[in-house]
Amino acid sequence: MLRVLSAVLYIVFGALIAGLLAGIDRKLSARFQGRRGPSVFQPFYDVAKLFSKETLALNHGQFVIAFSFLLLMVLTGVLFFAGVDILLVFLSLSTAAMFLVFAATSSNSAMSTMGAQREMMQMLAYEPMVLITAVGFYMSTQITNGGKGSFKVIDIAMSDVPSIVYLPGIFLGFLFILTIKFRKSPFDISTSHHAHQELVKGVTTDLSGRNLGMIEIAHWYENAFLLGVVALFFLSNDWWSIPLAVGAAIVVYFLETVIDNISARVKWELMVKLAWGVTIVCGGLNLLVLEYIF
Amino acid sequence: MAKITKSPWLLHYDGSSCNGCDIEVLACLTPVYDVERFGIINTGNPKHADIFLVTGGINEKNKAVVKQLYDQMPEPKVVVAVGICACNGGVFKDAYNIIGGVDKAIPVDVYVPGCAARPEAIIDGVVKALGVLDEKQKAFKEAKKKKGAEK
Ligand code: SF4
Repeated sequence: MLRVLSAVLYIVFGALIAGLLAGIDRKLSARFQGRRGPSVFQPFYDVAKLFSKETLALNHGQFVIAFSFLLLMVLTGVLFFAGVDILLVFLSLSTAAMFLVFAATSSNSAMSTMGAQREMMQMLAYEPMVLITAVGFYMSTQITNGGKGSFKVIDIAMSDVPSIVYLPGIFLGFLFILTIKFRKSPFDISTSHHAHQELVKGVTTDLSGRNLGMIEIAHWYENAFLLGVVALFFLSNDWWSIPLAVGAAIVVYFLETVIDNISARVKWELMVKLAWGVTIVCGGLNLLVLEYIF
Repeated sequence: MAKITKSPWLLHYDGSSCNGCDIEVLACLTPVYDVERFGIINTGNPKHADIFLVTGGINEKNKAVVKQLYDQMPEPKVVVAVGICACNGGVFKDAYNIIGGVDKAIPVDVYVPGCAARPEAIIDGVVKALGVLDEKQKAFKEAKKKKGAEK
């Protein structure tokens, strides 16, 4: 029952909360720069406007692809909040990400195609850490549940001790790739939330109107889901873990905003090197410790 | 329904401007003027833009570019000519290569005079353009409805 409820709550409030967070992010960024900044509801105004505008689609496929991206992103979150196998959740996430690449390559604009290639580089950079995160969760449940590990989100969330206790390195590694997933500087190389960049708008360059609106909403769902994963590190079967998890998610989001504002975009080579370096050092060491010490 | 005026994204194109007006346009984004507080974003992408801000006059070379940028913008859209060059050619009017203001290439909705146009004047022009945009959105919606009814 609880699982169905949390999945439904995600569908209803996931996008709303993440949209609001995006608005707060913009406001905060403006304040950091000594500006007043737009209203915190600005992301909603933007999306509402996009849906009211003419959609210049280059082909009929674009709508289907953008819609599939949205659908799969919602599915990813629903699977996660319904507490099923985390491997399935991450698989669904990667599939969704692929649709964004399809959407970009469906046009023959150079900006959009290069954005797609960079998006794939980003996937290359973060995927290993995502897998290690799943394995880490499995191993931590193995320790807390006395030898019986589980990939199920519900089992991870209901363990006796929050996973963060056993997975500090993996948590750090996950935070690192979160910057890539949130499309924040220094890793916003395929597309950026900020107005301009060397690739115009990267993957979303050739999307307009309704199609772009759907991609925006999908990003909100994506962010809500990712913050859910952050929260999962802090959840246990004690009630106090819930405020702790929510607080952690908020702190992480704030941290991402700060990092976004204090760093410049890097080249993709450096991104892959850094991401893999952090994955091996933080994630790998953490797994080794779990394997040989506990 | 959505008020387009709450989230105007603009595209800035430098025709044959001396860059004086362009600097003023960019000044609007700085903390002193901060146009983002109105939800205005400088997109650099015609497909995401609602307002087309042109500085400088039109010549044979950029006429086609301005036209294409305009055509790539989804409806409803407005054009703001910033600076006297964009209005009618300005000091370059008699130069052999200049055809005239932006309206020689595409329909212009708002003219912002000045050499260079001050940021306050530019913001004023954009706000005026928002009024036009609102009207155009209403017309666009009606046209859409009519088209739907015909179908
Ligand atoms: S109006 Fe003046 S400042 Fe602006 S582009 Fe023309 S000459 Fe330059």
